[in-house]
Amino acid sequence: MTTTLPILSHPQAASAFAQDDARAHWHDEALWFIRVKRDRQARSLPEWETLRDRASAIKTHTIANLADYLEQFEREATRHGAVVHWAANAAEHNEIVLSILRKHSVKTVAKSKSMLTEECHLNPFLERNGVDVVDTDLGEWIVQLREETPSHIVLPAIHIKKEEVGELFHDKLGTEKGATDPKYLAEAARKRLRQIFLACQAGITGVNFAIAETGGIVICTNEGNADLGVSLPPVHIASVGIEKLIPRAADLGVFLRLLARSATGQPITSYSSHFHGPTRPGHELHIILVDNGRSDILGREDFRRSLHCIRCGACMNTCPVYRRSGGHSYSATVPGPIGSILNPARDPKGYSSLPYACSLCGSCSDVCPVKINIHEQLLTWRHELVAHGHIKFLKKLSMKAVSFVFRRPALYGFAGKMARFALRITPRFLVYGPWNPWGKQRDLPVAPKRSFRDEFQQRSHSKSPAKRSAP
Amino acid sequence: MTTSTSPARARILAAIRQHAVPQAELPNLAGDWITFPDPVAKFSEVLTFVGGKPLVATDRAELEAQIRDLAVMQSPEGAALPKVICTVEGLPFGNVDFAKVLDPHHLEDIEVAILPGEFAVAENGAVWVTDRVVPHRAIYFIAQHVVLVVRRADLLDNLHQAYDRLCGSEHAFDQPGYGLFVSGPSKTADIEQSLVIGAHGPRSMTVLLLDA
Ligand code: SF4
Repeated sequence: MTTTLPILSHPQAASAFAQDDARAHWHDEALWFIRVKRDRQARSLPEWETLRDRASAIKTHTIANLADYLEQFEREATRHGAVVHWAANAAEHNEIVLSILRKHSVKTVAKSKSMLTEECHLNPFLERNGVDVVDTDLGEWIVQLREETPSHIVLPAIHIKKEEVGELFHDKLGTEKGATDPKYLAEAARKRLRQIFLACQAGITGVNFAIAETGGIVICTNEGNADLGVSLPPVHIASVGIEKLIPRAADLGVFLRLLARSATGQPITSYSSHFHGPTRPGHELHIILVDNGRSDILGREDFRRSLHCIRCGACMNTCPVYRRSGGHSYSATVPGPIGSILNPARDPKGYSSLPYACSLCGSCSDVCPVKINIHEQLLTWRHELVAHGHIKFLKKLSMKAVSFVFRRPALYGFAGKMARFALRITPRFLVYGPWNPWGKQRDLPVAPKRSFRDEFQQRSHSKSPAKRSAP
Repeated sequence: MTTSTSPARARILAAIRQHAVPQAELPNLAGDWITFPDPVAKFSEVLTFVGGKPLVATDRAELEAQIRDLAVMQSPEGAALPKVICTVEGLPFGNVDFAKVLDPHHLEDIEVAILPGEFAVAENGAVWVTDRVVPHRAIYFIAQHVVLVVRRADLLDNLHQAYDRLCGSEHAFDQPGYGLFVSGPSKTADIEQSLVIGAHGPRSMTVLLLDA
């Protein structure tokens, strides 16, 4: 991934994506479709809001007692025979992975989706050190073959068209030229990846939940790739961000009910695997607990709740800016609304444009299964960035930020409806925030702070989910 | 290297503990969670929605007949019988002795795996399976087709009931082990969001509810 310029990076990158009207529109539609599926699932459960409340409360409690829970997790996991490692940063994490792989003379490792290993830039590190890493989630594999990074945390290849996959597979796998049938292409991938699963000497996975009470880890996939990657070879390395802890196994009742419904509109993923220790003699389970900036965020009251994130991607699917600017425009491992909080926390200067890649419509906070106040935190970030002098080109930034998404009518597809939406949202986008000269000079009536959100909520409750009424 | 004395461990724990985070209570998990007047119908509906195939048998004879009739159990004309592993007691279908498979890599050509499920969940079409009843947990993923047999009496309404059952007096996670919720076949939508069944793992997943 190339490092992009600070400050104006998002608007610049986004306008490049939006240049291609047809593609931006297609991307927008694809994500909205997933948002609609999510709504259907949420509505099918009368207790949806109760579940969100519980999830949020469990996470708040966990973060308040995180050190204790990490120690408990280590104790229990060790009791089951897992080896627990600790890594304060990405470099330490990568070294630990490499040392385990070296010990077992691993040449090929199958890796399932893990945003944490992306965050640590594990692949290039291992490749430099002579280890072949194969990303086995189909979307991630496509992205890896294209020498790109994922553009979405749940749907890594959402920005790529089937024609492009066809070309790529023709090149790399020798599929028929011009083939675009997803079934045919996925079958070709299956053939090759099953060879990898059979040949690899170790598997690396991310972790969705780590249970303090039992020392177990839970991994959710639809493809079954994580399990194939760690059930055949004798070594399983699991990388866990320290915020992934939950106190009790029974808490999974809450989180697994929310996760897939929020992510892709499924009632649960095809596979939800619970690992407690290595289960065969001679096998090893290594669990690496990684901080890499998380304890800093924990110390910041305004942003602490961002650690609740269970990486479902719902805030991305619903975000009008994300949908029309593409995940790569954020130049970050975690893009979209939550990424726009997490990345500036790590590097305020480099990612100062991200809190502005937002219309403050609040849709992200409304869909978030763990009730992170995402849009409020984004606003807080703006204040903070200004206070610390990270925003210099105010005017330029505001104009660009507005234009890249809302200037192109063709992006709106449903022209009438969406144009009204754009009109409604644009002034707010302009006046919000202390940085905008407009907002200061004009004596605009103080917009009721929650009006747009309230209205959106009403609208989304009263309209059929298939109708595209608001972000 | 003992991990418990690693310098990173001390640094991380200290970095966390230096922040005074306000206490918050851990909520209890009791709730007015969804139940269904007809859990079998709900389970069947959801399993179908996620790409699985639900069947109900009222006795063992019917169970046997249903499995025998499955398309995946038929051998194409002139071809050899499909390789079948069956660990459900009393069913006559296995032609590979699972206990004799020493290396999970050798399961690669297994066509059908007929295995017992511990319980099922109506709200999400999931079945709980473990490595206690199989020598290699890879079987759940490497077989081309998976057939799970669950007793009707072991069908629960929702996931909370499932964890209550797992975390009861005999806590399922007290011992090292592996457990899995399976809901449907292996699938992907990574190419333009088109659903493809049979990503890397099983191309079909059938659940037989035995109502006896
Ligand atoms: S912030 Fe919330 S909605 Fe966004 S990915 Fe995280 S859990 Fe999902």
